[in-house]
Amino acid sequence: MRVRALALRILNQLRHDRRTLALMLLAPVFLLTLVYFILADTTPVINIAVVNAPAGFEDKLEEYNVRGQRYSKNEARLALERGEIIASIKIVGGKSFIEVDGSNPTKAKTALAALEQAKIDVFISRPDLRSEITYLYGKEDLPTFDNFGATLIGFIIFFFVFLVSGISFLQERTSGTLEKLLSTPIRRWEIVVGYVLGFGVFTILQAFLISWYCVYVLKVMMIGSFGLILLITLLTAIIALTLGILMSTLANNEFQMIQFIPLIIVPQIFFCGLFDLPADIEVIGNVMPLYYIADALTEVMIRGSGLGAIAWDLSIILVCSVLFMVLNTLLLKKYRRI
Amino acid sequence: MRKTIIKQRKVMENNPGIDNSKCIIVRNVNKFFGSKHVLKEINWEIPHGRIYGLLGPSGCGKTTMVKIIAGILEATSGETYVLGQKMPKLSIMNKIGYMAQSDALYGSLTAKENLHFFGAIYGMSKAEIKNRTEEVMELVNLSADLYKPVQAFSGGMKRRLSLAMAIMHNPPVLVLDEPTVGIDPLLRKNIWEELDKLAKQGVTIIVTTHVMDEADKCHNIAMMRGGRLIAQGTSRELQDKIGVQSIEEAFIYYGGQQDES
Repeated sequence: MRVRALALRILNQLRHDRRTLALMLLAPVFLLTLVYFILADTTPVINIAVVNAPAGFEDKLEEYNVRGQRYSKNEARLALERGEIIASIKIVGGKSFIEVDGSNPTKAKTALAALEQAKIDVFISRPDLRSEITYLYGKEDLPTFDNFGATLIGFIIFFFVFLVSGISFLQERTSGTLEKLLSTPIRRWEIVVGYVLGFGVFTILQAFLISWYCVYVLKVMMIGSFGLILLITLLTAIIALTLGILMSTLANNEFQMIQFIPLIIVPQIFFCGLFDLPADIEVIGNVMPLYYIADALTEVMIRGSGLGAIAWDLSIILVCSVLFMVLNTLLLKKYRRI
Repeated sequence: MRKTIIKQRKVMENNPGIDNSKCIIVRNVNKFFGSKHVLKEINWEIPHGRIYGLLGPSGCGKTTMVKIIAGILEATSGETYVLGQKMPKLSIMNKIGYMAQSDALYGSLTAKENLHFFGAIYGMSKAEIKNRTEEVMELVNLSADLYKPVQAFSGGMKRRLSLAMAIMHNPPVLVLDEPTVGIDPLLRKNIWEELDKLAKQGVTIIVTTHVMDEADKCHNIAMMRGGRLIAQGTSRELQDKIGVQSIEEAFIYYGGQQDES
């Protein structure tokens, strides 16, 4: 009963606080859209000057998403200096002489790889020797966003729920309402559970919106079950919520709560599998919630796995959430022993 | 059930002072915050249905004392009994209305939502909550502002709403920490009349204040200074005993006496 009253109060507070509401619902959608545009168009236009090469070389280049055009030697040098092209190639007697603008390493790398491949294709024209590639997971030309998308959904939910629930609990303390609350017969665990329930109900809505937007609007590769995605995102919200409340008891004001972002949120991005790290450092990721969330989301969205494959991830997230709730209840003793 | 009753009797036998004629009993209470000795050997008894003023300068330990009575804090040593039960005890906290020094209100919620929330926390039924909301808002003269968000309230309005929240669940014990700060004189008079009415119905009220003239409105006064209870009695008694004409002079006298001892 008291738990319900507390949960209802939190929902009422959110309802009145339009800005927080917008932050929780629209900001994630906005951010995901931005990242989508950044990553979806993964092949920027790369121009290469072909000074001397066998016929058909430009066509081969095209296959590797690079635009090759015939230039004279002098024109090529000039274009390179002006930044119109990223590289120029001259093939003499089977040996390539490449001049490359290395100031943009990503483009330079793409250009060089394309040149190397195109050359091999032109000189070894035996199609029967071409490698056969089967995609076990994902598909050909899987946009980077699809790979990131799964993890991003988890991260964005984690980030916003952590921040809003943490600050909300902090305000309970700084505004004196926690003390007033503790003058009532409410039990400490009822406060914690009330918070989890109140925000939990709201995050169902948030998780649904974000997952739906990613899968059906941005069309992130998704071959698993949408229900499982909802389950994972909901658990993500719960662990972020309990961790946020836990951290807020260690902060004295809103600013100190913000200070937890670089300490607790940002490192998790590096360890959740988006980036390749040395193996012995990557182990650290095992203690970060987002690592398990990202793993579960990737399993379902890109590999189409069922509940069995993500049971381990989910149970870790769940156990941590319960652990955080117990810790919260104990930490509240600081304000009232019984 | 029977076991607990026997247990309680035992406590009462061991502490013969725990009788029903006293609503609140504070015995040898000391409170330390770290190494800071905030309350020193407080002994205090409050009978039922009295308005007891706790008077003293800021920082003397008034708030700590009433928080211990309300069950939010615990004494480092000594005992506190409210309605015959040793504090802190959750079941007794349902019978205490506590008004904190700072307005503990949810700014984004309306006055009504604030009241309904605490009503539900105190386990009141929906019908009770509805009726009491109207009653208490009438009492503190805020009926017109029921649907306004609290963050749009003035300081005095917030104070009044806090009071309304403290009396919402009809508690037999009221602990009010500086209840009339920032409230205009006319409304202050109304509130005191209301407190009088509640006391006549048997409600025991503790009011902390550092405004001396408010002390005169209390049935009894306890004076605190530097963590000690330095004098108790009615306003008249305290003045007559040392032959002064105001409670202010009395306070200076008793405070000075404390310094000498």
